[in-house]
Amino acid sequence: MIYDDLNIIFPEIFLSVYAMVALLGVVYTSKDELAKRVTWVTAFIFILVAFLIIFSEEKTEIAFGGMFINDAFSRFSKIIILLSAAVVLVMGQEYMSRRGFLRFEYPLIVTLSVVGMMVMVSAGDLMSLYMGLELQSLALYVIAAFKKDSVKSTEAGLKYFVLGALSSGLLLYGSALVYGYSGTTLFSGILSNVSTDAPSLGLLFGLALVIAGLAFKVSAVPFHMWTPDVYEGAPTPVTAFFATVPKMAAICLFIRVMYDAFGNIINDWQQIIALLSILSMFLGAFAAIGQTDLKRLLAYSSIAHMGYALIGLAAGTEFGVQSVLEYMTIYITMNIGVFAIVMSMQQDGQSVTEIASLKMISETDPGKAIALVILLFSLAGIPPMLGFFAKFEVLRAAINAELVYLAVLGVLASVIGAFYYLRIVYFIYFGEMPETPLDDAKSPILRTIWTASAAIMIFGIVSLLGVEQMAKAAAFSLLN
Amino acid sequence: MITLEHYLTVAAMLFVIGIFGLFLNRKNVIILLMSIELMLLSVNINLVAFSSYMNDLVGQVFTLFVLTVAAAEAAIGLAILVSFFRIRGTIAVEDVNVMKG
Repeated sequence: MIYDDLNIIFPEIFLSVYAMVALLGVVYTSKDELAKRVTWVTAFIFILVAFLIIFSEEKTEIAFGGMFINDAFSRFSKIIILLSAAVVLVMGQEYMSRRGFLRFEYPLIVTLSVVGMMVMVSAGDLMSLYMGLELQSLALYVIAAFKKDSVKSTEAGLKYFVLGALSSGLLLYGSALVYGYSGTTLFSGILSNVSTDAPSLGLLFGLALVIAGLAFKVSAVPFHMWTPDVYEGAPTPVTAFFATVPKMAAICLFIRVMYDAFGNIINDWQQIIALLSILSMFLGAFAAIGQTDLKRLLAYSSIAHMGYALIGLAAGTEFGVQSVLEYMTIYITMNIGVFAIVMSMQQDGQSVTEIASLKMISETDPGKAIALVILLFSLAGIPPMLGFFAKFEVLRAAINAELVYLAVLGVLASVIGAFYYLRIVYFIYFGEMPETPLDDAKSPILRTIWTASAAIMIFGIVSLLGVEQMAKAAAFSLLN
Repeated sequence: MITLEHYLTVAAMLFVIGIFGLFLNRKNVIILLMSIELMLLSVNINLVAFSSYMNDLVGQVFTLFVLTVAAAEAAIGLAILVSFFRIRGTIAVEDVNVMKG
Protein backbone atom coordinates (compact mmCIF):
# COMPACT_ATOMS: atom_id res chain seq x y z
CA MET A 1 0.00 0.00 0.00
CA ILE A 2 1.48 3.29 1.13
CA TYR A 3 4.91 1.66 1.53
CA ASP A 4 4.89 0.61 -2.11
CA ASP A 5 4.04 4.17 -3.11
CA LEU A 6 6.77 5.59 -0.89
CA ASN A 7 9.23 3.14 -2.37
CA ILE A 8 8.46 4.41 -5.83
CA ILE A 9 9.14 8.03 -4.95
CA PHE A 10 12.17 7.17 -2.84
CA PRO A 11 14.64 9.20 -4.96
CA GLU A 12 12.51 12.35 -4.59
CA ILE A 13 12.01 11.84 -0.85
CA PHE A 14 15.70 11.17 -0.37
CA LEU A 15 16.72 14.36 -2.19
CA SER A 16 14.21 16.60 -0.41
CA VAL A 17 15.13 15.21 3.01
CA TYR A 18 18.79 15.72 2.16
CA ALA A 19 18.12 19.34 1.14
CA MET A 20 16.25 20.15 4.34
CA VAL A 21 18.63 18.34 6.70
CA ALA A 22 21.66 19.91 5.05
CA LEU A 23 20.05 23.35 5.17
CA LEU A 24 19.37 23.07 8.90
CA GLY A 25 22.70 21.42 9.62
CA VAL A 26 24.76 24.06 7.86
CA VAL A 27 22.78 26.99 9.25
CA TYR A 28 23.50 25.85 12.79
CA THR A 29 27.18 25.14 12.21
CA SER A 30 29.51 27.09 10.03
CA LYS A 31 27.42 28.53 7.18
CA ASP A 32 29.34 29.69 4.15
CA GLU A 33 32.67 28.14 5.10
CA LEU A 34 31.12 24.82 4.19
CA ALA A 35 29.63 26.10 0.93
CA LYS A 36 32.24 24.43 -1.26
CA ARG A 37 31.98 21.12 0.48
CA VAL A 38 28.17 21.19 0.39
CA THR A 39 28.33 21.78 -3.37
CA TRP A 40 30.58 18.79 -3.93
CA VAL A 41 28.46 16.58 -1.66
CA THR A 42 25.30 17.67 -3.46
CA ALA A 43 26.82 16.89 -6.85
CA PHE A 44 27.94 13.52 -5.53
CA ILE A 45 24.45 12.78 -4.23
CA PHE A 46 22.92 13.69 -7.59
CA ILE A 47 25.22 11.18 -9.28
CA LEU A 48 24.42 8.60 -6.61
CA VAL A 49 20.68 9.00 -7.12
CA ALA A 50 21.17 8.89 -10.90
CA PHE A 51 22.93 5.53 -10.57
CA LEU A 52 20.23 4.35 -8.19
CA ILE A 53 17.71 5.08 -10.95
CA ILE A 54 19.90 3.56 -13.68
CA PHE A 55 20.17 0.27 -11.80
CA SER A 56 16.56 0.17 -10.64
CA GLU A 57 14.21 -2.40 -12.07
CA GLU A 58 12.94 -1.56 -15.54
CA LYS A 59 9.20 -1.61 -15.23
CA THR A 60 6.32 0.84 -15.19
CA GLU A 61 5.05 1.65 -11.73
CA ILE A 62 2.21 3.91 -10.69
CA ALA A 63 2.00 5.49 -7.25
CA PHE A 64 -0.66 7.42 -5.36
CA GLY A 65 -3.58 6.38 -7.53
CA GLY A 66 -1.98 7.46 -10.78
CA MET A 67 -0.60 10.82 -9.65
CA PHE A 68 2.99 9.68 -10.01
CA ILE A 69 4.31 7.55 -12.83
CA ASN A 70 7.67 5.85 -12.82
CA ASP A 71 8.35 4.48 -16.30
CA ALA A 72 11.29 4.30 -18.68
CA PHE A 73 10.44 7.80 -19.95
CA SER A 74 10.62 9.43 -16.53
CA ARG A 75 13.70 7.41 -15.60
CA PHE A 76 15.50 8.56 -18.75
CA SER A 77 14.70 12.22 -18.09
CA LYS A 78 15.62 11.93 -14.41
CA ILE A 79 19.00 10.44 -15.19
CA ILE A 80 19.79 13.24 -17.64
CA ILE A 81 18.48 15.89 -15.21
CA LEU A 82 20.51 14.57 -12.27
CA LEU A 83 23.76 14.06 -14.15
CA SER A 84 23.66 17.43 -15.89
CA ALA A 85 22.71 19.20 -12.66
CA ALA A 86 25.71 17.58 -10.97
CA VAL A 87 28.06 18.73 -13.72
CA VAL A 88 26.64 22.27 -13.70
CA LEU A 89 27.04 22.49 -9.90
CA VAL A 90 30.66 21.37 -10.02
CA MET A 91 31.30 23.76 -12.88
CA GLY A 92 29.79 26.73 -11.09
CA GLN A 93 31.28 26.34 -7.62
CA GLU A 94 34.73 27.49 -8.60
CA TYR A 95 33.45 30.53 -10.51
CA MET A 96 31.18 31.52 -7.64
CA SER A 97 33.67 31.03 -4.84
CA ARG A 98 36.35 32.97 -6.72
CA ARG A 99 33.95 35.90 -7.05
CA GLY A 100 32.81 35.53 -3.45
CA PHE A 101 29.15 34.76 -3.86
CA LEU A 102 29.09 31.02 -3.33
CA ARG A 103 26.64 30.54 -0.49
CA PHE A 104 25.71 27.21 1.00
CA GLU A 105 22.08 27.81 -0.04
CA TYR A 106 22.98 27.60 -3.71
CA PRO A 107 23.46 23.83 -4.06
CA LEU A 108 20.52 23.18 -1.75
CA ILE A 109 18.12 25.40 -3.71
CA VAL A 110 19.34 23.64 -6.83
CA THR A 111 18.54 20.33 -5.12
CA LEU A 112 14.99 21.48 -4.40
CA SER A 113 14.50 22.59 -7.97
CA VAL A 114 15.82 19.21 -9.15
CA VAL A 115 13.25 17.50 -6.92
CA GLY A 116 10.60 19.67 -8.57
CA MET A 117 11.84 18.62 -12.01
CA MET A 118 11.78 14.96 -11.04
CA VAL A 119 8.17 15.31 -9.91
CA MET A 120 7.37 17.15 -13.17
CA VAL A 121 8.66 14.43 -15.45
CA SER A 122 6.78 11.70 -13.63
CA ALA A 123 3.58 13.65 -13.09
CA GLY A 124 0.43 11.68 -13.84
CA ASP A 125 -2.07 14.26 -12.69
CA LEU A 126 -2.64 17.99 -13.18
CA MET A 127 -2.03 18.53 -9.46
CA SER A 128 1.34 16.79 -9.30
CA LEU A 129 2.24 18.59 -12.53
CA TYR A 130 1.49 21.94 -10.92
CA MET A 131 3.25 21.16 -7.66
CA GLY A 132 6.37 19.92 -9.42
CA LEU A 133 6.43 22.87 -11.78
CA GLU A 134 6.05 25.38 -8.95
CA LEU A 135 8.70 23.74 -6.77
CA GLN A 136 11.08 23.97 -9.71
CA SER A 137 10.12 27.51 -10.69
CA LEU A 138 10.17 29.00 -7.18
CA ALA A 139 13.67 27.63 -6.66
CA LEU A 140 14.77 29.03 -10.03
CA TYR A 141 13.42 32.53 -9.26
CA VAL A 142 15.59 32.59 -6.16
CA ILE A 143 18.81 31.50 -7.84
CA ALA A 144 18.27 33.96 -10.72
CA ALA A 145 18.47 36.75 -8.12
CA PHE A 146 21.24 34.98 -6.26
CA LYS A 147 23.93 37.66 -6.59
CA LYS A 148 22.25 40.08 -4.23
CA ASP A 149 24.67 42.96 -4.79
CA SER A 150 24.23 42.99 -8.55
CA VAL A 151 21.55 45.15 -10.16
CA LYS A 152 21.35 42.88 -13.17
CA SER A 153 20.94 39.71 -11.18
CA THR A 154 18.13 41.00 -8.96
CA GLU A 155 16.42 42.52 -11.97
CA ALA A 156 16.68 39.19 -13.78
CA GLY A 157 15.13 37.51 -10.76
CA LEU A 158 12.29 40.01 -10.65
CA LYS A 159 11.53 39.72 -14.35
CA TYR A 160 11.71 35.96 -14.24
CA PHE A 161 9.42 35.89 -11.23
CA VAL A 162 6.73 38.12 -12.73
CA LEU A 163 6.65 36.38 -16.12
CA GLY A 164 7.01 32.94 -14.55
CA ALA A 165 4.07 33.62 -12.26
CA LEU A 166 2.04 34.79 -15.26
CA SER A 167 2.83 31.53 -17.05
CA SER A 168 1.85 29.50 -13.98
CA GLY A 169 -1.40 31.43 -13.92
CA LEU A 170 -2.11 30.57 -17.57
CA LEU A 171 -1.24 26.94 -17.00
CA LEU A 172 -3.43 26.79 -13.94
CA TYR A 173 -6.41 28.42 -15.64
CA GLY A 174 -5.97 25.89 -18.44
CA SER A 175 -5.81 23.03 -15.92
CA ALA A 176 -9.00 24.26 -14.25
CA LEU A 177 -10.81 24.28 -17.59
CA VAL A 178 -9.49 20.84 -18.50
CA TYR A 179 -10.63 19.59 -15.11
CA GLY A 180 -14.06 21.13 -15.57
CA TYR A 181 -14.65 19.82 -19.07
CA SER A 182 -13.20 16.35 -18.65
CA GLY A 183 -14.28 15.77 -15.05
CA THR A 184 -10.95 14.60 -13.71
CA THR A 185 -7.41 15.79 -13.15
CA LEU A 186 -5.79 12.40 -13.79
CA PHE A 187 -4.01 12.24 -17.15
CA SER A 188 -5.31 8.72 -17.76
CA GLY A 189 -8.84 9.88 -16.92
CA ILE A 190 -8.58 12.88 -19.27
CA LEU A 191 -7.30 10.57 -22.00
CA SER A 192 -10.32 8.28 -21.71
CA ASN A 193 -12.91 11.03 -21.14
CA VAL A 194 -11.94 13.22 -24.07
CA SER A 195 -13.84 12.23 -27.19
CA THR A 196 -11.58 11.67 -30.16
CA ASP A 197 -13.59 13.34 -32.88
CA ALA A 198 -15.19 16.41 -31.32
CA PRO A 199 -13.65 17.60 -28.05
CA SER A 200 -15.63 20.39 -26.38
CA LEU A 201 -14.65 24.00 -26.90
CA GLY A 202 -13.92 24.55 -23.21
CA LEU A 203 -11.49 21.66 -23.22
CA LEU A 204 -9.69 22.97 -26.30
CA PHE A 205 -9.45 26.38 -24.65
CA GLY A 206 -7.96 24.73 -21.59
CA LEU A 207 -5.55 22.76 -23.76
CA ALA A 208 -4.39 25.94 -25.50
CA LEU A 209 -3.79 27.66 -22.14
CA VAL A 210 -1.87 24.66 -20.80
CA ILE A 211 0.29 24.71 -23.92
CA ALA A 212 0.87 28.46 -23.48
CA GLY A 213 1.94 27.93 -19.87
CA LEU A 214 4.32 25.13 -20.80
CA ALA A 215 5.68 27.08 -23.77
CA PHE A 216 6.69 29.79 -21.29
CA LYS A 217 8.73 27.27 -19.36
CA VAL A 218 10.53 25.95 -22.44
CA SER A 219 10.84 29.56 -23.71
CA ALA A 220 9.19 28.99 -27.07
CA VAL A 221 8.18 32.05 -29.11
CA PRO A 222 5.86 33.99 -28.51
CA PHE A 223 6.39 33.28 -24.81
CA HIS A 224 10.14 33.82 -24.79
CA MET A 225 10.45 37.49 -23.67
CA TRP A 226 12.00 36.60 -20.32
CA THR A 227 14.78 34.41 -21.72
CA PRO A 228 17.38 36.92 -23.03
CA ASP A 229 17.09 39.21 -19.99
CA VAL A 230 17.23 36.41 -17.45
CA TYR A 231 20.15 34.72 -19.19
CA GLU A 232 22.07 37.98 -19.38
CA GLY A 233 21.31 39.13 -15.86
CA ALA A 234 21.70 35.93 -13.88
CA PRO A 235 25.22 34.95 -12.77
CA THR A 236 26.89 32.77 -15.41
CA PRO A 237 26.75 29.45 -13.46
CA VAL A 238 23.04 30.04 -12.90
CA THR A 239 22.56 30.81 -16.59
CA ALA A 240 24.36 27.57 -17.40
CA PHE A 241 21.87 25.80 -15.15
CA PHE A 242 18.87 27.57 -16.73
CA ALA A 243 20.00 26.73 -20.24
CA THR A 244 20.33 23.02 -19.57
CA VAL A 245 18.54 21.21 -16.77
CA PRO A 246 15.11 22.94 -16.52
CA LYS A 247 14.82 22.85 -20.33
CA MET A 248 15.06 19.06 -20.27
CA ALA A 249 12.46 18.84 -17.51
CA ALA A 250 10.08 21.26 -19.20
CA ILE A 251 10.28 19.53 -22.59
CA CYS A 252 9.74 16.12 -20.96
CA LEU A 253 6.76 17.48 -19.05
CA PHE A 254 5.43 18.94 -22.29
CA ILE A 255 5.70 15.53 -23.97
CA ARG A 256 4.18 13.79 -20.98
CA VAL A 257 1.11 16.06 -20.86
CA MET A 258 0.54 16.04 -24.61
CA TYR A 259 0.70 12.25 -24.97
CA ASP A 260 -0.58 11.00 -21.62
CA ALA A 261 -3.50 13.41 -21.30
CA PHE A 262 -4.24 14.60 -24.84
CA GLY A 263 -2.89 11.69 -26.89
CA ASN A 264 -6.33 11.14 -28.43
CA ILE A 265 -6.58 14.58 -29.96
CA ILE A 266 -3.16 14.89 -31.55
CA ASN A 267 -4.64 16.74 -34.53
CA ASP A 268 -5.86 19.49 -32.23
CA TRP A 269 -2.51 20.31 -30.67
CA GLN A 270 -0.19 19.39 -33.52
CA GLN A 271 -0.82 22.68 -35.35
CA ILE A 272 -0.21 24.80 -32.25
CA ILE A 273 3.08 23.07 -31.48
CA ALA A 274 4.19 23.31 -35.11
CA LEU A 275 3.50 27.06 -35.09
CA LEU A 276 5.41 27.54 -31.80
CA SER A 277 8.28 25.56 -33.24
CA ILE A 278 8.49 27.55 -36.51
CA LEU A 279 8.32 30.89 -34.70
CA SER A 280 10.99 29.83 -32.19
CA MET A 281 13.39 28.60 -34.85
CA PHE A 282 13.15 31.76 -36.92
CA LEU A 283 13.12 34.27 -34.10
CA GLY A 284 16.06 32.47 -32.47
CA ALA A 285 17.98 32.60 -35.75
CA PHE A 286 17.27 36.24 -36.64
CA ALA A 287 17.41 37.88 -33.22
CA ALA A 288 20.75 36.32 -32.32
CA ILE A 289 22.49 37.95 -35.28
CA GLY A 290 22.74 41.42 -33.76
CA GLN A 291 23.82 40.35 -30.28
CA THR A 292 27.12 41.42 -28.78
CA ASP A 293 26.78 39.63 -25.46
CA LEU A 294 27.57 35.93 -25.52
CA LYS A 295 25.02 35.03 -22.84
CA ARG A 296 22.27 36.88 -24.71
CA LEU A 297 23.30 35.15 -27.91
CA LEU A 298 23.11 31.78 -26.18
CA ALA A 299 19.64 32.71 -24.94
CA TYR A 300 18.43 33.19 -28.51
CA SER A 301 20.31 30.06 -29.49
CA SER A 302 18.43 28.11 -26.84
CA ILE A 303 15.12 29.55 -28.09
CA ALA A 304 15.98 28.27 -31.57
CA HIS A 305 16.98 24.88 -30.18
CA MET A 306 13.70 24.57 -28.34
CA GLY A 307 12.04 25.19 -31.70
CA TYR A 308 13.83 22.15 -33.14
CA ALA A 309 12.95 20.02 -30.14
CA LEU A 310 9.30 20.97 -30.59
CA ILE A 311 9.44 19.69 -34.20
CA GLY A 312 9.82 16.20 -32.80
CA LEU A 313 6.88 16.74 -30.46
CA ALA A 314 4.74 18.13 -33.29
CA ALA A 315 5.39 14.96 -35.27
CA GLY A 316 3.13 13.16 -32.81
CA THR A 317 4.77 9.77 -33.25
CA GLU A 318 6.84 7.43 -31.11
CA PHE A 319 9.90 8.16 -33.21
CA GLY A 320 9.20 11.87 -32.70
CA VAL A 321 9.39 11.45 -28.92
CA GLN A 322 12.59 9.46 -29.25
CA SER A 323 14.14 12.15 -31.43
CA VAL A 324 13.23 14.89 -28.95
CA LEU A 325 14.85 12.98 -26.09
CA GLU A 326 18.02 12.48 -28.12
CA TYR A 327 17.95 16.12 -29.19
CA MET A 328 17.67 17.37 -25.61
CA THR A 329 20.46 15.08 -24.39
CA ILE A 330 22.82 16.31 -27.10
CA TYR A 331 21.72 19.93 -26.60
CA ILE A 332 22.48 19.75 -22.89
CA THR A 333 25.89 18.18 -23.48
CA MET A 334 26.95 20.90 -25.91
CA ASN A 335 25.58 23.73 -23.84
CA ILE A 336 27.44 22.55 -20.76
CA GLY A 337 30.65 22.71 -22.79
CA VAL A 338 29.90 26.17 -24.17
CA PHE A 339 29.04 27.53 -20.74
CA ALA A 340 32.23 26.04 -19.28
CA ILE A 341 34.08 28.18 -21.80
CA VAL A 342 31.95 31.27 -21.05
CA MET A 343 32.72 30.86 -17.35
CA SER A 344 36.43 30.73 -18.05
CA MET A 345 36.41 34.05 -19.94
CA GLN A 346 37.95 36.85 -17.94
CA GLN A 347 40.00 39.98 -18.50
CA ASP A 348 42.22 41.23 -15.67
CA GLY A 349 40.36 38.97 -13.26
CA GLN A 350 36.95 40.38 -14.26
CA SER A 351 34.60 38.00 -16.00
CA VAL A 352 33.50 39.22 -19.42
CA THR A 353 30.80 37.95 -21.75
CA GLU A 354 31.27 40.13 -24.84
CA ILE A 355 31.63 38.15 -28.02
CA ALA A 356 34.36 40.54 -29.18
CA SER A 357 36.59 39.50 -26.29
CA LEU A 358 36.91 36.07 -27.90
CA LYS A 359 38.96 37.59 -30.74
CA MET A 360 42.05 35.57 -31.57
CA ILE A 361 41.88 33.19 -28.62
CA SER A 362 43.33 30.75 -31.14
CA GLU A 363 46.66 32.48 -30.44
CA THR A 364 46.42 32.65 -26.68
CA ASP A 365 44.72 29.33 -25.99
CA PRO A 366 44.56 27.01 -29.02
CA GLY A 367 43.01 24.10 -27.09
CA LYS A 368 40.11 26.20 -25.92
CA ALA A 369 39.69 27.66 -29.40
CA ILE A 370 39.41 24.23 -31.02
CA ALA A 371 36.94 23.02 -28.38
CA LEU A 372 34.80 26.12 -28.83
CA VAL A 373 34.83 25.78 -32.61
CA ILE A 374 33.74 22.15 -32.36
CA LEU A 375 30.95 23.08 -29.95
CA LEU A 376 29.77 25.99 -32.11
CA PHE A 377 29.76 23.81 -35.24
CA SER A 378 27.77 21.29 -33.29
CA LEU A 379 25.28 23.94 -32.11
CA ALA A 380 24.91 25.10 -35.71
CA GLY A 381 24.31 21.51 -36.79
CA ILE A 382 27.26 20.99 -39.11
CA PRO A 383 28.21 17.36 -39.79
CA PRO A 384 30.01 15.31 -38.55
CA MET A 385 29.35 16.85 -35.13
CA LEU A 386 26.69 15.32 -32.92
CA GLY A 387 24.51 18.43 -33.18
CA PHE A 388 23.90 17.58 -36.83
CA PHE A 389 22.52 14.16 -35.97
CA ALA A 390 20.27 15.67 -33.33
CA LYS A 391 18.70 17.95 -35.94
CA PHE A 392 18.68 15.17 -38.53
CA GLU A 393 16.63 12.90 -36.28
CA VAL A 394 13.93 15.50 -35.48
CA LEU A 395 13.67 16.45 -39.15
CA ARG A 396 13.38 12.78 -40.06
CA ALA A 397 10.59 12.42 -37.51
CA ALA A 398 8.79 15.38 -39.08
CA ILE A 399 9.08 13.89 -42.58
CA ASN A 400 7.90 10.47 -41.40
CA ALA A 401 4.86 12.18 -39.92
CA GLU A 402 4.23 13.92 -43.27
CA LEU A 403 5.06 17.37 -41.92
CA VAL A 404 7.43 18.12 -44.78
CA TYR A 405 6.87 21.88 -44.57
CA LEU A 406 8.07 21.83 -40.96
CA ALA A 407 11.25 19.99 -41.92
CA VAL A 408 11.95 22.40 -44.79
CA LEU A 409 11.48 25.43 -42.56
CA GLY A 410 13.72 23.77 -39.96
CA VAL A 411 16.53 23.41 -42.47
CA LEU A 412 16.10 27.03 -43.61
CA ALA A 413 16.22 28.33 -40.04
CA SER A 414 19.32 26.29 -39.27
CA VAL A 415 21.09 27.81 -42.30
CA ILE A 416 20.25 31.31 -41.06
CA GLY A 417 21.25 30.34 -37.54
CA ALA A 418 24.62 29.04 -38.70
CA PHE A 419 25.60 32.64 -39.52
CA TYR A 420 25.95 33.85 -35.96
CA TYR A 421 27.79 30.75 -34.79
CA LEU A 422 30.21 31.07 -37.69
CA ARG A 423 30.72 34.75 -36.90
CA ILE A 424 32.15 33.72 -33.53
CA VAL A 425 34.39 31.19 -35.27
CA TYR A 426 35.55 34.02 -37.51
CA PHE A 427 36.46 36.12 -34.45
CA ILE A 428 38.37 33.23 -32.94
CA TYR A 429 40.62 32.60 -35.95
CA PHE A 430 40.59 35.69 -38.14
CA GLY A 431 39.69 38.61 -35.87
CA GLU A 432 42.06 41.39 -34.92
CA MET A 433 44.18 40.96 -31.86
CA PRO A 434 42.41 42.81 -29.03
CA GLU A 435 44.34 45.20 -26.78
CA THR A 436 43.76 43.17 -23.65
CA PRO A 437 43.51 39.48 -24.47
CA LEU A 438 41.62 37.12 -22.21
CA ASP A 439 43.46 35.92 -19.12
CA ASP A 440 44.53 32.36 -18.85
CA ALA A 441 41.91 31.16 -16.40
CA LYS A 442 43.60 28.27 -14.67
CA SER A 443 40.72 26.02 -14.02
CA PRO A 444 41.33 22.31 -14.55
CA ILE A 445 37.66 21.49 -13.85
CA LEU A 446 36.30 23.78 -16.53
CA ARG A 447 38.98 22.67 -18.97
CA THR A 448 38.12 19.01 -18.40
CA ILE A 449 34.42 19.69 -18.88
CA TRP A 450 34.71 21.62 -22.12
CA THR A 451 37.22 19.17 -23.53
CA ALA A 452 34.99 16.25 -22.64
CA SER A 453 31.96 17.97 -24.11
CA ALA A 454 33.78 18.74 -27.37
CA ALA A 455 35.13 15.18 -27.50
CA ILE A 456 31.61 13.78 -27.09
CA MET A 457 30.47 15.97 -29.98
CA ILE A 458 32.97 14.19 -32.23
CA PHE A 459 33.22 10.67 -30.87
CA GLY A 460 29.60 10.41 -29.75
CA ILE A 461 28.50 9.69 -33.31
CA VAL A 462 29.91 6.17 -33.03
CA SER A 463 27.01 4.88 -30.98
CA LEU A 464 25.48 7.97 -29.34
CA LEU A 465 26.92 6.35 -26.19
CA GLY A 466 23.87 4.13 -25.81
CA VAL A 467 21.53 7.10 -25.50
CA GLU A 468 19.63 6.06 -28.60
CA GLN A 469 18.54 2.71 -27.14
CA MET A 470 17.50 4.32 -23.87
CA ALA A 471 15.55 7.06 -25.66
CA LYS A 472 13.85 4.42 -27.77
CA ALA A 473 12.79 2.46 -24.69
CA ALA A 474 11.61 5.69 -23.06
CA ALA A 475 9.48 6.69 -26.05
CA PHE A 476 8.08 3.16 -26.23
CA SER A 477 7.05 3.19 -22.56
CA LEU A 478 5.31 6.54 -22.98
CA LEU A 479 3.19 5.57 -25.96
CA ASN A 480 2.29 1.99 -25.06
CA MET B 1 -30.55 31.17 -9.91
CA ILE B 2 -26.80 31.31 -10.04
CA THR B 3 -25.47 28.66 -12.40
CA LEU B 4 -22.03 27.36 -13.27
CA GLU B 5 -21.81 29.82 -16.14
CA HIS B 6 -22.05 32.77 -13.77
CA TYR B 7 -19.15 31.53 -11.71
CA LEU B 8 -17.09 30.85 -14.80
CA THR B 9 -17.82 34.35 -16.12
CA VAL B 10 -16.74 36.00 -12.88
CA ALA B 11 -13.58 33.90 -12.82
CA ALA B 12 -12.79 34.75 -16.44
CA MET B 13 -13.32 38.44 -15.75
CA LEU B 14 -11.03 38.40 -12.72
CA PHE B 15 -8.41 36.48 -14.70
CA VAL B 16 -8.47 38.99 -17.53
CA ILE B 17 -8.28 41.89 -15.06
CA GLY B 18 -5.23 40.19 -13.57
CA ILE B 19 -3.54 39.85 -16.97
CA PHE B 20 -4.30 43.47 -17.87
CA GLY B 21 -2.95 44.52 -14.49
CA LEU B 22 0.32 42.81 -15.33
CA PHE B 23 0.70 44.40 -18.74
CA LEU B 24 -0.81 47.87 -18.38
CA ASN B 25 0.52 48.75 -14.96
CA ARG B 26 3.50 51.11 -15.22
CA LYS B 27 3.74 52.25 -11.65
CA ASN B 28 4.50 49.75 -9.00
CA VAL B 29 5.81 46.20 -8.79
CA ILE B 30 3.55 45.53 -5.79
CA ILE B 31 0.60 45.95 -8.15
CA LEU B 32 2.12 43.22 -10.32
CA LEU B 33 2.12 40.91 -7.30
CA MET B 34 -1.51 41.79 -6.63
CA SER B 35 -2.42 41.04 -10.26
CA ILE B 36 -0.71 37.65 -10.06
CA GLU B 37 -2.64 36.89 -6.88
CA LEU B 38 -5.87 37.90 -8.61
CA MET B 39 -5.16 35.48 -11.47
CA LEU B 40 -4.53 32.59 -9.10
CA LEU B 41 -7.65 33.35 -7.08
CA SER B 42 -9.81 33.48 -10.20
CA VAL B 43 -8.55 30.00 -11.00
CA ASN B 44 -9.64 28.94 -7.51
CA ILE B 45 -13.17 30.20 -8.17
CA ASN B 46 -13.17 28.16 -11.36
CA LEU B 47 -11.98 25.04 -9.60
CA VAL B 48 -14.43 25.29 -6.72
CA ALA B 49 -17.32 26.02 -9.10
CA PHE B 50 -16.51 22.96 -11.21
CA SER B 51 -15.99 20.90 -8.10
CA SER B 52 -19.37 21.65 -6.59
CA TYR B 53 -21.08 21.40 -9.97
CA MET B 54 -19.71 17.90 -10.55
CA ASN B 55 -19.91 16.78 -6.90
CA ASP B 56 -16.25 15.89 -7.13
CA LEU B 57 -13.87 16.78 -4.30
CA VAL B 58 -10.71 16.81 -6.40
CA GLY B 59 -11.25 20.41 -7.48
CA GLN B 60 -11.33 21.62 -3.89
CA VAL B 61 -8.17 19.69 -3.06
CA PHE B 62 -6.56 21.36 -6.04
CA THR B 63 -7.71 24.74 -4.70
CA LEU B 64 -5.96 24.11 -1.39
CA PHE B 65 -2.74 23.31 -3.23
CA VAL B 66 -3.08 26.47 -5.30
CA LEU B 67 -3.64 28.60 -2.19
CA THR B 68 -0.53 27.20 -0.53
CA VAL B 69 1.62 27.69 -3.60
CA ALA B 70 0.26 31.22 -4.07
CA ALA B 71 1.40 32.06 -0.55
CA ALA B 72 4.87 30.67 -1.19
CA GLU B 73 5.01 32.53 -4.48
CA ALA B 74 4.10 35.84 -2.86
CA ALA B 75 6.76 35.30 -0.19
CA ILE B 76 9.47 34.66 -2.77
CA GLY B 77 8.30 37.52 -4.96
CA LEU B 78 8.47 39.96 -2.08
CA ALA B 79 11.90 38.67 -1.06
CA ILE B 80 13.25 39.27 -4.57
CA LEU B 81 11.56 42.68 -4.59
CA VAL B 82 13.24 43.63 -1.31
CA SER B 83 16.69 42.72 -2.62
CA PHE B 84 15.93 44.68 -5.80
CA PHE B 85 14.82 47.70 -3.77
CA ARG B 86 18.00 47.60 -1.67
CA ILE B 87 20.12 48.14 -4.75
CA ARG B 88 17.97 50.31 -6.96
CA GLY B 89 16.10 52.25 -4.27
CA THR B 90 12.89 52.09 -6.30
CA ILE B 91 10.15 49.61 -7.12
CA ALA B 92 8.64 51.45 -10.08
CA VAL B 93 8.05 49.16 -13.04
CA GLU B 94 9.65 51.68 -15.41
CA ASP B 95 12.91 51.38 -13.51
CA VAL B 96 13.20 47.64 -14.06
CA ASN B 97 15.12 48.37 -17.24
CA VAL B 98 18.87 47.87 -16.86
CA MET B 99 18.63 45.19 -19.53
CA LYS B 100 16.57 45.99 -22.59
CA GLY B 101 14.67 43.09 -24.00
